Amino acid sequence: MPDTPLPPPEPPFVHFDGVWLAYNDDLLAKNVFAVEDIHLKVRRGEFIAIVGPSGCGKSTFMKLTTGLKMPSMGRITIDGQPVNGPLKISGMAFQAPSLLPWRTTLDNVLLPLEIVEPYRSQFKDRRKEFEERAKKLLASVGLGGMEKKFPWELSGGMQQRASICRALIHEPKMLLLDEPFGALDAFTREELWCTLRDLWEAQQFNVILVTHDLRESVFLADTVYCMSKSPGRFVVQREIPIPRTRDLEVTYTREFTDIVHELRGHIGAMRKTGAAIHQ
Amino acid sequence: MTRRKKHLERWSPLLLLFAIVVVWEVITSGFGVSEFIFPSPSRIWEQTLEHKTVILGHAWRTYWVTMAGFGIAIVVGVLLGFLIGSSRLAYAAIYPLMTAFNALPKAAFVPILVVWFGIGIGPAILTAFLISFFPIMVNIATGLATLEPELEDVLRVLGAKRWDVLVKVGLPRSLPYFYGSLKVAITLAFVGTTVSEMTAANEGIGYLLIAAGSSMQMGLAFSGLLVVGLMAMVMYELFSWVERHTTAWAHRGSQG
Repeated sequence: MPDTPLPPPEPPFVHFDGVWLAYNDDLLAKNVFAVEDIHLKVRRGEFIAIVGPSGCGKSTFMKLTTGLKMPSMGRITIDGQPVNGPLKISGMAFQAPSLLPWRTTLDNVLLPLEIVEPYRSQFKDRRKEFEERAKKLLASVGLGGMEKKFPWELSGGMQQRASICRALIHEPKMLLLDEPFGALDAFTREELWCTLRDLWEAQQFNVILVTHDLRESVFLADTVYCMSKSPGRFVVQREIPIPRTRDLEVTYTREFTDIVHELRGHIGAMRKTGAAIHQ
Repeated sequence: MTRRKKHLERWSPLLLLFAIVVVWEVITSGFGVSEFIFPSPSRIWEQTLEHKTVILGHAWRTYWVTMAGFGIAIVVGVLLGFLIGSSRLAYAAIYPLMTAFNALPKAAFVPILVVWFGIGIGPAILTAFLISFFPIMVNIATGLATLEPELEDVLRVLGAKRWDVLVKVGLPRSLPYFYGSLKVAITLAFVGTTVSEMTAANEGIGYLLIAAGSSMQMGLAFSGLLVVGLMAMVMYELFSWVERHTTAWAHRGSQG
C-alpha cells in the first residue's frame, strides 16, 4: 500500500512478555506463583492503573517492574532495556509516606538526589540548584512555604504530597504508586488525584498506579487492568476513553459511573468464583 | 492550676527525697538506733564532711575509671550493634552468644580479671565495660533492624547500596535508641566499677565501702553509697539532656 505508509510502531515503554514469579525455589518447584503469565505493553507516557482484590499480587507486580524482584520465567523490558536490577529511572511512593522524621520536608525531597547518579556526585556543588528545583516541585503540589517544616508538622495529605515529590525529584521516566492515597480521607484523596493528574500532564512520565479504589483508577488512568487473586494474572484490560483533561466533575457523569460499574462487575465475579476469567 | 501541677511535678523527686530523709532521721534518732547498725542522715552528713577529701579522692577515681570503661563500652557496643543490626548472618551468629554472656554475673569475672591484670584499674575498667556494652549493642541493632521495608524499597529502586541505606536512614534512625541506651548503660557502668573495686582495688568508692565496713564506720560507708548514686544520677541526667537536644524529633509527643 504505497499511499499511506504507517510510521513504524514505537516499541512499548514497558513490556512484560509471559512473566511468572514464584517467591522462592520451593514455591517454584511446587508451581505456586505469586503472579503468572503477565503480558503487558505500555506506551511511553501512558498512565495505567492496576486494580484487584487485596492479596492478588499487585505489590509483586510493582517489585517486578522496579527490578527489585527478578521474574522466575519470562522477560521484562523497560525503555528498550532488559530489567536485571533496580532501575534508576523510576520513583516510588507507597501508602505510608515514610518520610524521615529527622529531615525537613525539603531535605526529605532531596534524599534521592543524594543517592542516584549522576546527581549524587554533583550534590555538594549543585546543592543550591537542587534546592530550587525541590522548592518548585513542592510549590507545584501546594506545599510552597512548607520546606523547613518537619514531616510530623504536616497533615497526612501534605505528607503524601511530599512523598510524591520525593519520588519525582530525580525526574524519573516512570512513577510507581502503591495505593498512595489509601490512608487519606475522601476529600484529600480527590485533591491529590488532581495534583497527580496535573503533574502527569505537565511532565508526561509513565505512571503505574496500584489501587483498589475503582473510581480513582478510572479517573486517573488511560488503561485499567484488573488482576485476579492467587495466582495473580491480568484478566481484564479496559481503555478509559474519557477525554483529557479530566475534571472532578467527570466522576459524576453517566459514562464514568458505567465504566466503574463494569469494572466492579469483573472484580465481583473474581471474588465470587475465585477463578480467573480469561480474556 | 496547671502551672502549680507542673511545679509540683518538677520538684517532686526532691520533695520525696526530703520526706525520706526526715522519716529516716525521726526513726533512727527517735528509737535510738545504734550508729553502728544504721546511722541517721545527720550523722552520715557529719561523717561525709569530716572525710570529704578522702571521699572526693575515691569518688574521682571511681568516676574516671567508670568513664573509661563506659567509653570502651560505647565503641564496642556501637560496632557490634552495627554489625548484628546490618547483617542477618552476624545477627544469627552473635546474638545468642551475647545473650548467654549477658546472663552471667559480671562480678564473677573480677577474680579472673585480677589474675590477668592484677589489682587496680584494669579489672575495674573492664568490669564497667563488660556490664554496660550490652544495652548499647542491643539498642543500636534494634534501631537498624527495624527499618520500614517500604523506605528501603524507595531507596533501593534508586540504586542505593546497603551502605547508603544504613548511613542515610539506619544510623539516624537508631540514634534515639542509642541515647536511650546510654542512660541505662552509664548507671550499669557505675555498678560494674564499684563491684570490682570492692575486691580488686586499693582505691575507689568500692574500696572505701569495704574499708569503712570493716572498721565499722557505717556513716562513711553510707556516704560512699550516696556519692556513687549521685554520680550515676548526674550522668544519667546529662545523657537525657543530650538525648532531648539531639533527637527531639523522636520525642515530639512529650514535648508538645
